[in-house]
This record gives sequence, C-alpha cells and structure tokens, in this order.
Amino acid sequence: MDKTFQEKLLENKLLLHRDGAEILQVNVGRLCNLTCRHCHLNAGPGRTEVMDKDTMTEVIAFANRFQFKTADITGGSPELVPDIDYLLLELRPLVNDLILRTNLVLLLQEDYRHLLDLCKELKVVLTASFPSTNANQTDAQRGKGVWLDSVEMLHRLNAMGYGMPDSDLKLNLVSNPTGAFMPVDQCRAEKKFKQDLARKWGVHFTNLFTFANIPLGRFRSWLESSGNLAQYMEKLSSGFNPATVKGLMCRTLISVSWDGYLYDCDFNQAVDLPFSGQKIHLTKISKIPPGIPIEAGDHCYACTAGAGFT
Amino acid sequence: MDTYYNPSDLAKFGDIGQEAPEMAKKFFDYYASVFAEGELTEREKALIALAVAHAVQCPYCIDAYTSACLEKGSNQAEMTEAVHVSCAIRGGASLVHGVQMINNCKKVSM
Repeated sequence: MDKTFQEKLLENKLLLHRDGAEILQVNVGRLCNLTCRHCHLNAGPGRTEVMDKDTMTEVIAFANRFQFKTADITGGSPELVPDIDYLLLELRPLVNDLILRTNLVLLLQEDYRHLLDLCKELKVVLTASFPSTNANQTDAQRGKGVWLDSVEMLHRLNAMGYGMPDSDLKLNLVSNPTGAFMPVDQCRAEKKFKQDLARKWGVHFTNLFTFANIPLGRFRSWLESSGNLAQYMEKLSSGFNPATVKGLMCRTLISVSWDGYLYDCDFNQAVDLPFSGQKIHLTKISKIPPGIPIEAGDHCYACTAGAGFT
Repeated sequence: MDTYYNPSDLAKFGDIGQEAPEMAKKFFDYYASVFAEGELTEREKALIALAVAHAVQCPYCIDAYTSACLEKGSNQAEMTEAVHVSCAIRGGASLVHGVQMINNCKKVSM
C-alpha cells in the first residue's frame, strides 16, 4: 500500500463529504453469542457494552427529530440486548424500513420466539449473516456448527413467510469472504446463492449483499497472525475505484454507538473515529447538514475497492 | 536464489514483455479475452483454469486461480471437485494407455 486513503482521495481530487442523514444505524452493543473471526468490532460473549433503555429512548427521540428513511439495528448480537423489543416497537412508526441484523443461530432458541413474532408483526427486515453456501468455510469464519444451525433457522424463517417469493417479509443475507480475498460480485453471488440454497436445501431469501471484510478488530488480528495483512491491504488499495466515492453509504448514514455517540459508520466505531472529529452525544445535536467532512482511515479502502462495498 | 519458485514472482509476469513486447501484448490481450464472460461465465472459466493449473502443476497458476475462484463465487467444495476432475483426467490418461500395453503384449505374446 503506497498511499494512505486520505492521500488517495487527494490524488484523485475527491472530497468525502456528507450528503445528509437518511439512514440511522444503531449499534446496540458488542455483546454477541459468537466470536466470528472477521468481526471488526471484536464482539463476543465476554463483551459488556450494551445499550440501556435510557439510551434507546434518546435514540428514539433522535429518530423523531431527524426523520430517517431507514433504521438499521446491528451489534454484536441485537437479540441479546434487553429491551430490544422496545426499540423496535418505538422506531417502527418513525421510518419506512426497519432492519434487524441477526446471526440466525440465537433465534433458534425458544427464548427468542417472541422477538421473531414481533419482527413479523412489525414487518421488520431481517438481515442475516451467511458467508458461504459451504459449511466448512462458514464454520471457519463463524464457529463450529453455525452453518447447520443457520440453515435450520432459514427454514424456520421461510416457514413464517420470511424470504419467500412475493412475500412482504424480507429476509436478506450478507456474505463476507471467508478469508483474505475480495467478495464476489453481488449480482452474480445472489444468483448462485439463490440457485444453490433452493436446489440443495430448499431455502429462499430476498436479496444477498456481499461486503469486503474490514481490516480492523479480530479480522485484522487474524490478517496479522496469518501473514496476510500486507497482501490484503495491497489488494484493497490497488482496487481503489474513484467512482465509488460519490455513492458511499457513509454520505447518508449516521451510526450511533451503544452509549449514544455519533459516528460516520460502524467501522469508524471500531477505531473510535467519531463523527466530525469529536465525540458528540446524539442528545447534543440538532442538525446534520450536507457538507460535513466524513472521518476516514485506511480501512475505508475496503468500501472503495472494485465496484465498491457498503 | 534459494528456490526456483517465489510467490512474489507472479506479479512480475508482465516483465516477460521486456524483450518481446509485441508478442507479450498479443498474448496478454488474448489471455484477457479468453477469461472474459462469454458462453461460459468468468466463474466457470476460473474453475477450468484451476483444474488445468493442477494438471500442469503450475504453482503460480494455482495461487492465482485459487483466489480467482473464491472471488468469482466458487466455494472450496466446488474447487476441490475441479481438482478431482483434473486428477481423474490425468490418471485416466495414464490408465487408458494401458490399452496400448495390452495390444503390445498381445502382439508379442503367444
């Protein structure tokens, strides 16, 4: 990697500025039942950072003030957060699309049946991690047995109507590469996942998103220990595509951390690179106008390589 | 040099054009056309390349087309099957020549 991301923007005479704020991403905590090897946040069972109900109330008031089109609830594992039902219920009328990220395996437990029923009632879009149609590759990234449990849960979601053709219950899958290589082109990957999952396991879903792994957190540690870091960063930086910059998600997304602070994206949370360069709590902000510079680091190369991934 | 093969040499493939640029250009243009999406998808072509790479036992090609297969959407099970196709054809090619051995035996035997 011969240039930092900021140098690359300058070289291409590009400015990375905010267009506004249409998407509210809420990271409700770093507690997770899994310890995925590509996690940029080092989420896992030992983490204690979890959004409390007071902060949820502040998030809801924030959403009321800004009228976002979409709210995207992520983690960690949002299912593990007490009062997640409250957040879903209160955000539902405030946005067009309400998304809940899930790793699928927790939802298999009977304890979460009520959450599934609530999601169905509120027509929450479920976005599930499903890196590969190959069991060994999936388990290598997410943990032993995760693939089988994920397929079982996808069957159950299909039985509820989620992800079925013509259903208004959307079930999207997210595929991150299971190693130090680039994601598959999204359209082609979706076509192949749909064919393979339907043919081999009778599973259906709505859309597939393919994202590059972000060289931060646990994934960066793995890149370092496996001797892949330099080659991976070279792959990302050499794939820099200037045309992707104007469409980056961070231009229209605001990311809230478990304790209510604002960031330009979830990846900047991982390196504590706050929105507008200073830690601002969501209760302290009245407007997010276009033109505010977006904080960027070398991890941003992961969103600008090839066709771009955000 | 302490080994005939060095992974960093793969990135120097283009250097082959230093002394014969026209031929190199024709080769690399042709190469790009071969691997472009056509009647076969880029993913299918990468799988064929991976199988052939094993048949000709080229470590550069195995390196390049392992990554290419993964990035074009093949999974490890599919790639393993492609290597078995290569193995079956190589092994079969040896075995089918056994017919020549049998013919020769018949010819010289009572």
